[in-house]
Amino acid sequence: MIELYESQRAMRNMRKAAMQRGVVAILDVGSSKIACLVLRFDGAEPASGEVGSLAGQAGFRVIGAATTRSRGVRFGEIEAMVETERAIRTAVQAAQKMAQVRVDHVIACFSGAEPRSYGLAGEVDLEGAVVTEQDVSRVLSACDVPDYGHGREVLHAQPVNFALDHRSGLIDPRGQMGLRLATDMHMVTVDAVAVQNLAHCVRRCDLELAGIANSAYVSGVASLVEDEQELGSACIDMGGGSTGLSIFMKKHMIYADAVRLGGDHVTSDISMGLQVPLTTAERIKTFYGGVVATGMDDREMIDLEGDTGDWEHDRRTVSRAELIGIMRPRVEEILEEVRARLDAAGFEHLPSQQIVLTGGGSQIPGLDGLASKILGQQVRLGRPMRVHGLPQAATGPGFASAVGMCLFAAHPQDEWWDFELPVDRYPARSLRRAVKWFKDNW
Amino acid sequence: MQPVKSDKRVAKHDPAPSRWAYRWHRLWLTPLFRTFVRVGVPFTAALIGGTVYFSDETRRDAVLLAIADLRADIHTRPEFMVQLMAVDGASEGVNEDIRDIVPVDFPISSFDLDLEMIRQDIVGLNAVKEASVRIRNGGVLQIDVVERRPVVLWRHRDGLELVDAEGVSLGLPEESRPDLPLIAGDGADQAVDEALRIVAAARPLASRLRGLVRMGERRWDVVLDRGQRIMLPEQEPVQALERVIVLSAAQDMLARDLVAVDMRLKQRPTIRMNQGALENWWKIREIAVGTD
Repeated sequence: MIELYESQRAMRNMRKAAMQRGVVAILDVGSSKIACLVLRFDGAEPASGEVGSLAGQAGFRVIGAATTRSRGVRFGEIEAMVETERAIRTAVQAAQKMAQVRVDHVIACFSGAEPRSYGLAGEVDLEGAVVTEQDVSRVLSACDVPDYGHGREVLHAQPVNFALDHRSGLIDPRGQMGLRLATDMHMVTVDAVAVQNLAHCVRRCDLELAGIANSAYVSGVASLVEDEQELGSACIDMGGGSTGLSIFMKKHMIYADAVRLGGDHVTSDISMGLQVPLTTAERIKTFYGGVVATGMDDREMIDLEGDTGDWEHDRRTVSRAELIGIMRPRVEEILEEVRARLDAAGFEHLPSQQIVLTGGGSQIPGLDGLASKILGQQVRLGRPMRVHGLPQAATGPGFASAVGMCLFAAHPQDEWWDFELPVDRYPARSLRRAVKWFKDNW
Repeated sequence: MQPVKSDKRVAKHDPAPSRWAYRWHRLWLTPLFRTFVRVGVPFTAALIGGTVYFSDETRRDAVLLAIADLRADIHTRPEFMVQLMAVDGASEGVNEDIRDIVPVDFPISSFDLDLEMIRQDIVGLNAVKEASVRIRNGGVLQIDVVERRPVVLWRHRDGLELVDAEGVSLGLPEESRPDLPLIAGDGADQAVDEALRIVAAARPLASRLRGLVRMGERRWDVVLDRGQRIMLPEQEPVQALERVIVLSAAQDMLARDLVAVDMRLKQRPTIRMNQGALENWWKIREIAVGTD
């Protein structure tokens, strides 16, 4: 746990350094596209505890944005390193060119690598009468960490709740009087190999990885509005290779998961069903796709063009109803899988059960109607919130996780490693600290 | 399975910058490198090129010669040539002096004329109070001179001299100047303005005034005819003189037989009488006493 603490702290420090320098890149490594945004921080942070203009999102500006077709990424995980590296290079170079600035630090997010969610609880007796920062650190490190398995790595570990004696639901217990401090922590682990692959790819591009996030989490940050985050809601990020879902409550993520199904599966279904190449299938899906067939759709014929040279094969047509007939079962399957994950997470116990669909896959016409049949009544389509300087082309729901990363970079939530390690964890170092203190001050 | 080697056709669909192209692009976006290439490299190249070119003596000479030729070409253009000199406001003698001390051979380029130096030379003449030198349209060196005006005659050991209000000597008078007041004594030229004020104050005595004498380089004596003197103090000599004039007007003092009126001590004006007058005065006192 200590190494993780150190590595995450190193990343956090790097992010701080990058923000000090003013430029940081956002990299969304998805299965269908790789997006890169370059952010410039003005340093005009609003005073703490106060909501500035644009709810505090005015501190940065997007000065470069580029998207490229993803290659070598499947199910949100890197599969072909060289190809992925080339794709990242393309996106970063184009974004740098637009920004006219060289970026050295990058914050990346990915959707795959089997995220698993754990709820942790910890409890300590207070040393004094008043909760200090040291007590918060102690209670965080008192959380009993489950055996999350070999080869997994902690991606997020966020304290979501503090309880002091019998008062629960505290956001910030510091300075309050009490005897026992308890906390609930939400921890997300992912496959360590996927993280290492991503880090390696980023390093091969001469960039420094200054942070990693789960894309389901950052999409939720970007596309859920404030009361949805407060009252309880789920964000479903329908990507190309995987569909991430994150549940938010009291402005904290309390659950994250991913379904290894996505828009690429719909495309491959179309490709197989209609006997067309994948690119054509993708094109047909984006132009004519849908999930609810009407009588009009029987009459709307779609040309399936090909260049095989066989006249009969190249001049086929298919009705839109047929296309919908191919797409709908797969979309239903994805949504049912999501439903199963939400049920497993106990989503029905939340006070509000708002579901927000975002990601590129949520642009299928009629999806909200289908989703409300499967997921529940309160379904809406979400778009990421507007941030400063974002090009019009990057405001669609497909960029929810990229935009969420901007907010994540500008206003990160407290993670476990943001608190100092409690003093009793390193007694051997206290002498060294004393020496260091003397050295620093004399 | 995808081919391990990148396929040319795939590369066409998914263009990606090569690793080196990417690094080169990033290098170009580095501010320090940009500055180096855009400023440092041209500067160094120019420096090296220039050094190599000018390391040869003949080339250096050729370049310097070309520059000199060009300069001369421009300097000798007719619009920059000065043809003649005009002196305004100077009397005949001063005019000649100016033409003597300005050693210019016309025609000359206006670039070669140091107007300030010429002006300094002209102002250096005693007879010139101020001068302005400029080049007028039509290639004329225009010198405007304000001459010094003599205000007093100064008699000293070597003879008479004209002196202007600032005490600058203007040489011997060419004719007799009865209109100018006469001053004498060592250091009299240093206090010409005071002398002028005293002379102005002595206007009621103008018919009897012979001149002023500077005594001990610190105070003035007013010399009248019949050898009479009015000794003025160092401080406020004009007021002292006015007192004497008032006294004289009231009691006809200066018309009497006295040698000097001593005003050096303000509290105690003194008069010195002639020997004869003194004896007469004694006699008169004795007569007065005798009758008693």
